[in-house]
Amino acid sequence: MLGLGLASKLRKAGVVGINARNRRYIMHHNPRSLYELVDDKVLTKRLAMQANIAVPKLYGLIRTVHDARDFQKGIEGINDFVIKPAHGSGGNGIMVIARRKNQLFYKTDGLAIDAEAVRHHIVNVLSGMYSLGGQPDQAIIEYRVHFDPVFNSLSYNGVPDIRVLVYRGVPAMAMLRLPTRQSGGRANLHQGAVGVGIDLKTGVTTLGVYHNRRIAEHPDFDTPLAGCAIPGWDDLLLIAARCYELAPLGYLGVDMVLDARLGPLMLELNARPGLSIQIANGKGLAFRLQAVDAAVANTANAKEKVELSRTLP
Amino acid sequence: MRRRHIQILALILSVVGFGLAYLKFNNLGFPLRPDEKSFIWTAEARVEFEGQRRASTVHLQLPADPGEFINLDEYFIARNYGLNVEKHGRKRVAEWSIRQARGPQRLFYQVELAQAPMAGGESAGVEKPPQAPDKPYYPEALAQVVEGLLNNVRSESSNIFTFVSQLLVRLNNSSSDSDIKSITKGITPGTEEWVQRIRYILAGAKISTRMVRGLPLEEGRVNESLVPWLEVHNGDRWEGFNPLTGEKGYPANFLRWSFNDDPILEVEHGRNVGINFAVSRRPQALTLIAHDSATAMKSSLVSWSLYKLPMNTQYTYRILIMVPLGALVVLFMRTIIGVPTFGTFMPILIAMAFRETGLLWGIGLFLAIVGVGLLFRFYLNHLHLLLVARLSAVLTLVIIMMLAISLLSNELGLIQGFSIALFPVVILTMVIERMSISWDESGAVEAFKQGFGSLAVAVLGYLVMTNDQAQHLMFVFPELLLVVLAIAILFGSYTGYRLNELFRFRDLALEVEKKDAGAGTGE
Repeated sequence: MLGLGLASKLRKAGVVGINARNRRYIMHHNPRSLYELVDDKVLTKRLAMQANIAVPKLYGLIRTVHDARDFQKGIEGINDFVIKPAHGSGGNGIMVIARRKNQLFYKTDGLAIDAEAVRHHIVNVLSGMYSLGGQPDQAIIEYRVHFDPVFNSLSYNGVPDIRVLVYRGVPAMAMLRLPTRQSGGRANLHQGAVGVGIDLKTGVTTLGVYHNRRIAEHPDFDTPLAGCAIPGWDDLLLIAARCYELAPLGYLGVDMVLDARLGPLMLELNARPGLSIQIANGKGLAFRLQAVDAAVANTANAKEKVELSRTLP
Repeated sequence: MRRRHIQILALILSVVGFGLAYLKFNNLGFPLRPDEKSFIWTAEARVEFEGQRRASTVHLQLPADPGEFINLDEYFIARNYGLNVEKHGRKRVAEWSIRQARGPQRLFYQVELAQAPMAGGESAGVEKPPQAPDKPYYPEALAQVVEGLLNNVRSESSNIFTFVSQLLVRLNNSSSDSDIKSITKGITPGTEEWVQRIRYILAGAKISTRMVRGLPLEEGRVNESLVPWLEVHNGDRWEGFNPLTGEKGYPANFLRWSFNDDPILEVEHGRNVGINFAVSRRPQALTLIAHDSATAMKSSLVSWSLYKLPMNTQYTYRILIMVPLGALVVLFMRTIIGVPTFGTFMPILIAMAFRETGLLWGIGLFLAIVGVGLLFRFYLNHLHLLLVARLSAVLTLVIIMMLAISLLSNELGLIQGFSIALFPVVILTMVIERMSISWDESGAVEAFKQGFGSLAVAVLGYLVMTNDQAQHLMFVFPELLLVVLAIAILFGSYTGYRLNELFRFRDLALEVEKKDAGAGTGE
């Protein structure tokens, strides 16, 4: 009885559950054949560059163990960079080099390793150690994001990113994802990162979610989560909406970062974005998705879709 | 549109599945419970006579289409005799012949019978209603008495059956007047003659009757003879009447052997001819009886029975046919409850591994080996081994551990014949690998959640898959797989909340509550 009462309250709040998400939205709007566009980060990056969407610059792509020996070729004169698997998931296998000096590479935690250790990591990535299913993979070497100082007081050892849920090309809900001590610098909510709801109209943060519970302060710093205005919010929304054009998945998660110098960069796309975003925003998705369904046919381009997103309930 | 489609599909599947199962249960008598037993009756007719050094022929009437019993099998035992069985309508006769019968001769006929699942096997539609008999010409003295009796009874009865009952009561009542007694004078009650006499009188009222002779099936009866019984047709169906009391019906377990007036046994060129009957029974699982009867009835429902497969194939299917049920458990736990598991099939595989180890040992083994295996896996992680090498190493470790456990328990005499099958080894290795992957990807908490979720679902699946009742139902009524299919399809179209989501999104529900309260005070 208690369960039924809760269920009816959730329905009233328009909360979308996993079964409904899978069957109504993912199965319906995300054709399997398009998954490769978002699962392969190299492909996503190429498509984004073609569409003039800013992404972290690709320094080099390493395909074979033989190439791994010469990994430094593409990064001559570059002080800091990131190595990550092309088919990785959940932030695994990402190595961030903050600076180099005297043939040594310093990781973000200050630990120094030599070129041989970096090469070994790349070989591991190639062997498929970090890719789902253990498939042989490629290693991406790319620009290291210097995140905007606006998030300095909110993030623990990692890059906070902005997740926008884009439904049929229309930004439907957004949150800021903050790494915590527990999440180990990763921005995945089920690994212990904090999600903070963002008001779509203003780009100002509201309340947060941590392990599915509502919170008002960052668990590591006790800084309030609400009231932080995200710079360049309109650009972020437009980038999110335009990502639908390069990977036309109807139910799409777009992950972006704010770089201190370069502004918004698109990091990656997700074909199965999670549902905790609803808790972070204190709102169910269902009514917004219905409103999009009703009005999306009248929008011609990404700009109009962003306009539509501002009218959502 | 799609929703309606799914509902109709599920409805059709379950109607067909349940329908077939019901037909098998109702018409063929397949039992719903695994331990139901019934009896197989063996009725035996023994013919004896003295040969006269001449060619001899023995005619013995055999039960044909007995209605309430199903003829499973029959045997004719007679040395040096030629055999020919003929059937004319409901009369079936065995004809044994021999060139020269010398000395005492003994012939046996045995029939194995099972109770027919549907009562009233009398095929009313098939049999033509008999012609009403002509009114016999009674002798002068008798005519008046019969006439009076019939009129009397007619006034006290409403239909043919009550008429017959009334008449029989009067004929058998010793306190009836001497006129009535004169009708049956000199005839021993209960004999064939007695029944014939009653028929003779009933013919006066133009009532169709016949004499049946039958054998009451009772355990351990020997030296029995057939019991004559009266059957009356009311224009619609035949009904039996006790010729001694007028009660409607038959004795319990009454096997109607013959439906005509011809002698049961005729022997050409034989002396001291005799026949007697014996009955015995043996218990048998109802499933097997039902299956044999259905085969004897040539029912098309059992032409697809799993009992027709070779024994070892049957054994495999006994396990396999439960797997969809296990999958249903996983499906329910995942989409309705929301228990996290390693994929869909891992819990079923674990449950099947439990089949081979037993539940308690299985759980112990699972926890011990997966625990140690995980530790080993993390150590291997440090070595940065390639995937295939890592899997091989873990597999080897699992086998070493099982080996150690077997040797240890053998040494300590803990358990005799602790059975290790190949199957659980592979599954445990896969569990370790999956668990460590999700440990890496989603953290320890998530890995343990999925690990214990899988274990719990596997235990539940094991309990369902090894349930005797469920196993029996699925094996005897494999058409229930269609119902399983229907349920799976319905679950697949469920878009409601999972039970754990009620907990996960509880803060959102609170929000609604607050809003409601706010709106309430605002008014």
